[in-house]
Amino acid sequence: MIEVKNLYKSFDGNEVLKNVSATFENGKTNLIIGRSGSGKTVLLKSILGLFEIDSGEIWYNERNLTQMGEKEVKRMRREIGMVFQGGALFDSISVEGNVRFPLDMFTRMSSKEKKERVEFCLEHVNIEKHAFSLFPSEISGGMQKRVAIARAIALNPKYLFCDEPNSGLDPETATVIDKLIQSLTKEFQMTTIINTHDMNSVIEIGESVLFISKGEKGWEGTKDEILKTDSKKLNDFIFANKLYAQMKGK
Amino acid sequence: MKFFFNVGRYFSMLKRVFARPERHKMYIRQLFREIDNLGVNSVGIVIVISVFIGGIMVIQFAYSMSNPLYPSELVGLGTRDTLILEFSSTMLALIMAGKIGSNITSEIGTMRVTEQIDSLEIMGVNSASYLILPKIVAVVFIFPFLFIISVFFGMLGGLLTGPVAGVITVPEYLDGIRYLFYPYYVTFSIIKSLFFGFLVATVPAYFGYYVQGGAFEVGKASTRAVVNTNILILLFDLILTRLLLT
Repeated sequence: MIEVKNLYKSFDGNEVLKNVSATFENGKTNLIIGRSGSGKTVLLKSILGLFEIDSGEIWYNERNLTQMGEKEVKRMRREIGMVFQGGALFDSISVEGNVRFPLDMFTRMSSKEKKERVEFCLEHVNIEKHAFSLFPSEISGGMQKRVAIARAIALNPKYLFCDEPNSGLDPETATVIDKLIQSLTKEFQMTTIINTHDMNSVIEIGESVLFISKGEKGWEGTKDEILKTDSKKLNDFIFANKLYAQMKGK
Repeated sequence: MKFFFNVGRYFSMLKRVFARPERHKMYIRQLFREIDNLGVNSVGIVIVISVFIGGIMVIQFAYSMSNPLYPSELVGLGTRDTLILEFSSTMLALIMAGKIGSNITSEIGTMRVTEQIDSLEIMGVNSASYLILPKIVAVVFIFPFLFIISVFFGMLGGLLTGPVAGVITVPEYLDGIRYLFYPYYVTFSIIKSLFFGFLVATVPAYFGYYVQGGAFEVGKASTRAVVNTNILILLFDLILTRLLLT
């Protein structure tokens, strides 16, 4: 479980996050939604410790990230898997090499064990064997995202972060990626936080949804509750999505 | 102010670069890759440039010394000393700043803008050290070899060009390059190569590591990296020459 308490973050005097508190539960797909520029990426990066916050607390189970030293943060990051918006695969190494990278860097596994783990992760995200030796530039965007997920779960993380994992993908592939993240979250009992502005993702996998508006917590609930919300800010945001508008109409 | 900010950030980056590596084996693997990519792949261009410059030098020395009072050995001697003292260390470093430096900035800069560096950081890898340290070791290691290769092929270029152009005979040229040889000149230039190698690796790495934006900014960072590296090479050339040769 990850808990954020009274988080404030500003850049050059401009307050981007204002008193944000939220709980992201274990074994659930927790979504952070909001308009572009609402502060959701800053929130995600603050939780990851990539941004130094002004005040507040960030708890990873019993550990307070804001009180940790550099070494502790580094150690804790080995429990974190991250899927970046563009995949962020290392383009000088193959698909297989990308997934093996964290294993080479942080484990004492034998070559055989690493090979098995790489195959396990890649097969879990439905990457076929013939693609193992290809380079990131030789595979499609959807496959790159799946390889990024495979790399993120290679070290068996407790926490999985995804920054707009289905951006730039067609709706069908986006749904596949969403479902994949959800099933991996259940299977490995991870605390998963997904940053998105895609309402389809909310409808598909939004077990817990946090809506950020102008740096503040605008709303919190589930995908079922979002259909019945009276929150004006949230409705303004989601009514932009026709599909959702149709569903709400039904 | 910006100058001091950049100098401070450069040294703070170096502090991170020389931190203890997470896994030595991975760094060594990366080092061999960089020696091949940055060093071995530069041998061809070094040979081509040195052969031509050696040939041009012989012709120019012969032209400027076309006085019967000057011994013909001076052509070989001048070519050799110019190659050793300046061309194969400083001029080559300036050329390599363009080739290797822009390669380093664009590689690291692209990794920055495509979030590959963030990805390393999230994994708990010291990205500055993992990406930059092998490049520094590789370039500093390979530069003295490139210097030696350059001197050899530069003199060979002179040997091939001088007699063909009819400005000097082979025995005169060979006598010249053996005349009044000071081994300290080689030591001095190797010391310079080590410094220049460090600059060629770290300054472009700095510009790449802190690039912000997209492909356009990476291109601009590459240009800035090469310009700044060249200025620093010339500045250090002046300082080292004053300290070690006079």
